[in-house]
Amino acid sequence: MSISSADSNFSNMTDLLRSIISRVYAESPHLLHVLYVLQRQFLHISDEAIREVAAHLDLPTSQVDAVVEFYSFFHKIPRGRYDILFSNCTSCGYLARGVDLMAMLGQQLGIVADNTRGDGLVSMGQTSCIGMCDHGAALLVNGMPIVSLNAAMIARIAALVEAETPLEDWPAGWFQVDDNIRVSGLLLKDDLSAGTGLRAMLTHGAADTLSEIIQSNLRGRGGAGFSTGMKWQLCREAQGAAHYVVCNADEGEPGTFKDRVLLHSYADSLFEGMTVCAFAVGAKQGYLYLRGEYRYLLPHLQSVLARRRELGLLGVDILGQPGFSFDIDIVVGAGAYICGEESALIESLEGKRGIPRVRPPFPVTHGYRGQPTVVNNVETFIAAAHIVLRGSAWFRAVGTEKSAGSKILSISGDFAAPGIYEYPFDVTIWQVLDDCGAKDAQAVQVGGPSGTLINSAEFDRRLGFDDLSTGGSLMIFSQARDLLAVIVNFAHFFAHESCGFCTPCRVGTVLLKNGLDKIAGGHGTRHDLDEMQRLATLVKCRSHCGLGQTAANPILDGLQRFPQAFEQRLVHRDFEPHFDLDAALEEARQISHRDDAAAHIE
Amino acid sequence: MSTDTKQNPIAQNTITIDGQEIPFLAGQTIMDAALAAGVYIPHLCHRQGLTPHGSCKLCVVDTGSGSASACTMPAVAGQRISNNTPALNEVRKTITQMLFIEGNHICPSCEKCGDCTLQAMAYHLGMLDGHFPQFFQRREVDASHPTIMLDRDRCILCELCVRASREVDGKNVFAIAGRGINAHLVVNSVSGKLVDSDLETSDMAAHICPVGAILIKEHGYEVPIGQRTFDLHQVSEIGLEKTIPTKVRQPDE
Amino acid sequence: MSKIRIATTSLAGCFGCHMSFLDMDERLVVLLEHVEFNRSPFTDIKHCGPCDIGLIEGGVSNVENVHVLREFRDNCKILIAVGACAINGGVPAMRNHFNLRECLEEAYVNGVGVENPQIPNDVELPLLLDKVHPIHDVVRVDYYLPGCPPSADAFLKILGDLLAGKEPSLPHNLLHYD
Ligand SMILES: Cc1cc2nc3c(=O)[nH]c(=O)nc-3n(C[C@H](O)[C@H](O)[C@H](O)COP(=O)(O)O)c2cc1C
Ligand code: SF4
Ligand code: SF4
Ligand code: SF4
Ligand code: FES
Ligand code: FES
Repeated sequence: MSISSADSNFSNMTDLLRSIISRVYAESPHLLHVLYVLQRQFLHISDEAIREVAAHLDLPTSQVDAVVEFYSFFHKIPRGRYDILFSNCTSCGYLARGVDLMAMLGQQLGIVADNTRGDGLVSMGQTSCIGMCDHGAALLVNGMPIVSLNAAMIARIAALVEAETPLEDWPAGWFQVDDNIRVSGLLLKDDLSAGTGLRAMLTHGAADTLSEIIQSNLRGRGGAGFSTGMKWQLCREAQGAAHYVVCNADEGEPGTFKDRVLLHSYADSLFEGMTVCAFAVGAKQGYLYLRGEYRYLLPHLQSVLARRRELGLLGVDILGQPGFSFDIDIVVGAGAYICGEESALIESLEGKRGIPRVRPPFPVTHGYRGQPTVVNNVETFIAAAHIVLRGSAWFRAVGTEKSAGSKILSISGDFAAPGIYEYPFDVTIWQVLDDCGAKDAQAVQVGGPSGTLINSAEFDRRLGFDDLSTGGSLMIFSQARDLLAVIVNFAHFFAHESCGFCTPCRVGTVLLKNGLDKIAGGHGTRHDLDEMQRLATLVKCRSHCGLGQTAANPILDGLQRFPQAFEQRLVHRDFEPHFDLDAALEEARQISHRDDAAAHIE
Repeated sequence: MSTDTKQNPIAQNTITIDGQEIPFLAGQTIMDAALAAGVYIPHLCHRQGLTPHGSCKLCVVDTGSGSASACTMPAVAGQRISNNTPALNEVRKTITQMLFIEGNHICPSCEKCGDCTLQAMAYHLGMLDGHFPQFFQRREVDASHPTIMLDRDRCILCELCVRASREVDGKNVFAIAGRGINAHLVVNSVSGKLVDSDLETSDMAAHICPVGAILIKEHGYEVPIGQRTFDLHQVSEIGLEKTIPTKVRQPDE
Repeated sequence: MSKIRIATTSLAGCFGCHMSFLDMDERLVVLLEHVEFNRSPFTDIKHCGPCDIGLIEGGVSNVENVHVLREFRDNCKILIAVGACAINGGVPAMRNHFNLRECLEEAYVNGVGVENPQIPNDVELPLLLDKVHPIHDVVRVDYYLPGCPPSADAFLKILGDLLAGKEPSLPHNLLHYD
């Protein structure tokens, strides 16, 4: 946390920076990793640090600067020695139990949100969903998740911070993240023992392995549902100096945490799947792009990789197959939902801001470093590993023609048993709600904020690519929920996560957020509501990438299915200002020390 | 021009834009094909000769299969494209309004007034007001360079300067930093100031800005009202952009 | 036929739009056959009565601007934002780059040549809003007439359209922001 004694031998900051940068870069040649270490050590990334990083990595200063300013977990102004970030998701957020836990902690520490205390001890703020939605309210302290927060814990956290107790001495149980697997199906029933899939693959050969994947009808589990076999084949056929396999473990969609569980308990199957893919497409190098919020899983994942190398399942001549070499490197993100979009992810891997590329060309032909690249979700690779071992028919036997196999769902919200539920595709929402014991649901958000908000009349709809597609999140909202507050929360999420590249999303998501705040605050008119509809449609239809194209979904779905949630907040006047006129006079009142009647406007 | 491309048999195909048949060559975007045929598709972040960018979204068109950015979407034989329709121009007007209200555009006090492509676009689309509440963002002005001025209040993040510097000037003076609505132009120099960059007045990057964000110092308000670029021209005149940089560039620079 | 009643005012503006209106010169005589002025700097009537059309120059910078603007909105069937300042704050909105204290300290305390430095606080003075706003941030606006200032021709076009019962519109040559 503070500068260690070994480092304090350096006579000046420049030498210290240089030694850290060269050491970290030698261990792991990724800009994001160098910046992470600097952020942890110095609690911010100074202009000098930016210049030194640029010089050492031979990058333009502006690129390093641009990256630092892009990712939420990098800061140019120092954070506190305890950096506390509350999740603001509707499931694991600081308001999750009706009490404002962040305000509570702030009060006890004498700090307001989004600030660092004067003594530099602690910073407090909020961050987008950290994937702990099955554990109630959660926060990150110096990157480590603490789950199942309650008022008593908040008081103890405040005391531990004030006493400057090292994190290692905080109650270990607080950091305990459980899998919470409630229903196991095709993939969760048993983990593959390391190497079984690979041995099966080697007996089939690359071409047959690929055709098995194609015949299985496996489609991507990350949301878009592109045929996995087709993707691998396109990549295999694409010309390039090298081919790459990338696993998308950015899991940023609020309410999604199934990849967290898969990474924690099924990592062997995942790496097996990536290795199968490498064999099929002819890749030598793979990357796991892990969201920054899951950095706590890094030691575990690295130990699995190390064990696999020892077992000859990674590295040179895998399982003694001459010429079959493949290894996997883990790159950790730094707080940016957009980096889950595959081309933004690749930009991020390349040490740039996570800006989605213009498509075409697609990653299968022009991906990482411009070379043919497969990007797949964690669950997709795991399914592929199973298919290689058990055959395409085994997989196709579950689900439907168009939606073969199973889907692993992260289910959270207003019911007793949030967790992981694996179902064959084609299951109805009713069935899921029934199994969850969610008795009084008024609405279900399928696929996270970017997905579909449905009402109870639609609970007979089915999960699958033909009807309700989902990357794996289901959020259940009971009758007691204020749905408008949920939609407002989602609007804030998208405005915060927009990468800022294209006009409709960069400006539009902020306008939508502000417009919704106005309505939720009781200042919206019918005209404002009509404007929301017009603007939401424009943002959806005209944005550059999937983020903008889905950002307005909660608003459009809400207006269509739950119009009363908006209408009951409207004022019935033909115009309402978007700002509080009297509050806009406060500064002048203070400067002039006036408080007479003329110093106010009603 | 269509006659000589029609005689050219290589990889020749056609698309239609608002019912008009337009030839294209393999590798061309919808925008390339349209401009070559003298068809105007509104655009702000596109300039022929620079890598297409696709960020402003003024060039949105409807293809049979949905919305597309004409400047980045490859032309595909048989594409039927709607471009100059009231609905699309309404969308473009809204996008233009977004660009106005996120920055601080006070045209009467801007040296670019009358030569500004954003403003001319707004005229073209019949924009009378910014419509949305203004963001009143505070953005930094960089007046450090002896001959070039950077006023971020007017920057629309089109990255024309970024690309011109990289692709034409062979430098790397500009980049965009930050995320979402906090995105902003940064300068690639030790101090982050223009004066410490290698930008020169003769660079294309010093002249390409479509708005009044990058300006040559001491050349403001030289052309009387009535004779500025968009007093005399419409933004929709094809090939106009080629005249703008040469027009601004002074012989003594 | 009774005359169309028009009211005009300048909020945080420079009176440039009013001057430009008067640039109609002899065409004013023709116009006045069809219109009459209520509250306006042209008449010196102090409060707005019921009117058909209100023309607002200038943005909303202080409390008084808010009151005047509301009076116009309450009394005018059609309200038109005239000029850059009314439409987006214009030059006065350049103070939005700074907070109010910075502006006032520069003007009344630290500025060059300031004598007896103090920030005025007489109760007669309307308090300033923290930002200068376009008028459509404060009341509903029916039409916009851009320009800094709009030309006399532009005024005539808009008023002519309204007198003729048409939806007002500006041809390309009359549409400009400066
Ligand atoms: C804004 C945005 C965020 C995304 N986040 C993720 C993510 O966290 N994980 C993921 O697997 N796919 C995500 N995707 C989808 C990816 O772009 C890509 O389609 C997917 O990784 C492909 O893998 P699959 O075919 O196995 O689903 C996201 C897409 C968008 C537009
Ligand atoms: S839609 Fe949003 S996230 Fe996607 S490119 Fe545009 S600004 Fe970035
Ligand atoms: S850049 Fe263009 S739109 Fe912006 S203030 Fe200047 S002239 Fe007006
Ligand atoms: S400075 Fe000008 S050219 Fe550069 S990004 Fe901004 S608007 Fe575009
Ligand atoms: S011109 Fe195509 S997006 Fe800007
Ligand atoms: S008041 Fe008329 S232009 Fe500003």
